[in-house]
Amino acid sequence: MDLSAINPVILVASLMVAATPILLAAVGELVVERSGVLNLGVEGMMITGAICGFAIAVETGSPTIGFLAAMAGGALLAMVFGVLTQFLLSNHVATGLALTLFGLGLSALLGQGYVGVRPPATPKMDFGPLSDLPVVGRIVFGHDLVVYASLLLVAGVWAFLRYTRAGLILRAVGESHDAAHALGYRVVTIRLLAIAFGGACAGLGGAYLSLIRVPQWTEGMTAGAGWIALALVVFASWRPWRVLVGAYLFGGVTVLQLNLQAAGAAVPVEILSMSPYLITILVLVIISSDRFGARLGAPASLGRVFHANR
Amino acid sequence: MIALVRRPAPSRLWTVLTPPLAVLATMVAGGLMFAALGKDPVLAIRTIFWDPLFGEFAFYYRGQLLVKAAPLILIAIGLSLGFRAGIWNIGAEGQYILGAITGGAVGLAFYPLDSWIVFPLMVVAGAFGGFLWAMIPALLKVKFRTNEILVSLLLVYVAEQLLAYMALGPLKNPEGQGFPGSRNLSQYDAAANNELIAGSGMHWGVVAAFIAVIAAYVLLNRHLTGYHIRLTGQAPRAARFAGVNPNLLTIFCLGTSGALAGLAGLFEVAGPAGQISIDFNVGYGFTAIIVAFLGRLHPVGILLAGLLMALTYIGGEAAQSQLGLPAAAIQAFQGMLLFFLLAVDMLTNYRLRFGRAQVA
Repeated sequence: MDLSAINPVILVASLMVAATPILLAAVGELVVERSGVLNLGVEGMMITGAICGFAIAVETGSPTIGFLAAMAGGALLAMVFGVLTQFLLSNHVATGLALTLFGLGLSALLGQGYVGVRPPATPKMDFGPLSDLPVVGRIVFGHDLVVYASLLLVAGVWAFLRYTRAGLILRAVGESHDAAHALGYRVVTIRLLAIAFGGACAGLGGAYLSLIRVPQWTEGMTAGAGWIALALVVFASWRPWRVLVGAYLFGGVTVLQLNLQAAGAAVPVEILSMSPYLITILVLVIISSDRFGARLGAPASLGRVFHANR
Repeated sequence: MIALVRRPAPSRLWTVLTPPLAVLATMVAGGLMFAALGKDPVLAIRTIFWDPLFGEFAFYYRGQLLVKAAPLILIAIGLSLGFRAGIWNIGAEGQYILGAITGGAVGLAFYPLDSWIVFPLMVVAGAFGGFLWAMIPALLKVKFRTNEILVSLLLVYVAEQLLAYMALGPLKNPEGQGFPGSRNLSQYDAAANNELIAGSGMHWGVVAAFIAVIAAYVLLNRHLTGYHIRLTGQAPRAARFAGVNPNLLTIFCLGTSGALAGLAGLFEVAGPAGQISIDFNVGYGFTAIIVAFLGRLHPVGILLAGLLMALTYIGGEAAQSQLGLPAAAIQAFQGMLLFFLLAVDMLTNYRLRFGRAQVA
């Protein structure tokens, strides 16, 4: 094994790329969960976004339109979940699972003609000479628009939840929907908006996978990224900046194990491929044990069905 | 304006009516989907739901029905116990894989010994493999209060990697000329899970599925543990006051569903699939979730739902070869079924009231 082949600068730069899909999906899900809705359909929305973005980008030749289409696709699918849970009062867990199962089937159906097709390349942001700086150039100034957008999104969600009135209302709905309802807030509308936002974020994350990270379309290509995003929200105890830390940590593990595979580590490839999932479980265990008080961060109405009697 | 009024108790009528209603709605929506794909919707629905049972080649398809339904029913019965108690094991796919690996490995270890003891040992090992895999989320939940949904699901991806490792490494057929995959168990008589009656599709897995249905029925209706499961699902607080130990219940529900999923995996690997290969699993563990809900988490309902879901698999394959309907369309169709089921399920717990909304 030749560890010297692993360049730390490229490692950090590529871990940011590896982390971006799950970061986007996790931030979206964080807002959804803060509003008291548990949407387990992240995987389904991601993969739908992946194919919507891919197909539209290939057809139009523009990755930007592709990303917008992915957001629309993810949000649209999320609205199915929204209508079922908010109007037809179905169980959040079961409906989320249905969303994932349906999304996987739908995406495979939509993606039939797109296997083996190369998507149009997404240009990197042009920072001029800044990108040529050693180390910093590659890590800070060497990415595409979506990576920066995802970082801005984390900051935006944090500021929204912490400093705005709308964010306060969203949190109130998540903590006690009955109290929020009694105060006259439209619980269902607020939750639907949050669900749509979560869907758009997951869709964008999925399209980032199919258009930039991989970049091609294969069935089931998200391979559990949506579930890892869900785990990240728990890991982050429902706080935006911790989602960022978690996503980059996870991205680091993914990139490192890929590098180890390429460097020819003495461990079987399959064992290395397991490691991101195993580490996610391990982190969940550590966070869930009482010492970290992660449970305190969970919105009190999370996953409970809201039905206004009066 | 339509208002929803909560029923004092779930409607018995709608409990029975909602699954057929959902199937009907799915057929309509699915027909629209098939039409959008440029296929004749009526012909497609007929090919999927009617021809395998009553068509020209029904004699072949009817046997397949039991072969496909058995793993779905076995897994769904296990899942339904947990779902009733609010314990969400959604990693049955992983437990199914592990059952196939452990059970298959025991069979391969005895090769070429010809003794009646081999197959029973494989069955025990398969159930134990699934049980152990399910114990990971169970014990983590009990000890650290880790979310069992996420852990069990993430373990599916781990199990898939393990399967690839086994098929390419330790369990690879030494006489396989380098091809991935184990020896063919269905050709090793002592380990084979072949049809008990030729042409019927009846193998030991089908027998086990029927036993599981009966056992689950007895457990839920005639046994204290079954009562505790139902109580915990409907009123968790009341269950705690009644002295139900939630930890034991978690271990019981996850363990049982894991063992049943492991059994399903073993029967599949020793019979219809034949060998441990990279793409051995085909998503029965996930489809079983739909089966469990479609069967209203009731053993008899699950039996019927499992047969119906098996029909969509077989009919789907037929539609694939005859009409060129893509395989993914069936997957989307199955997902749609769960959506419609959850949507109409509202009628069980709520009454619709038409008229002007009251002022709060």
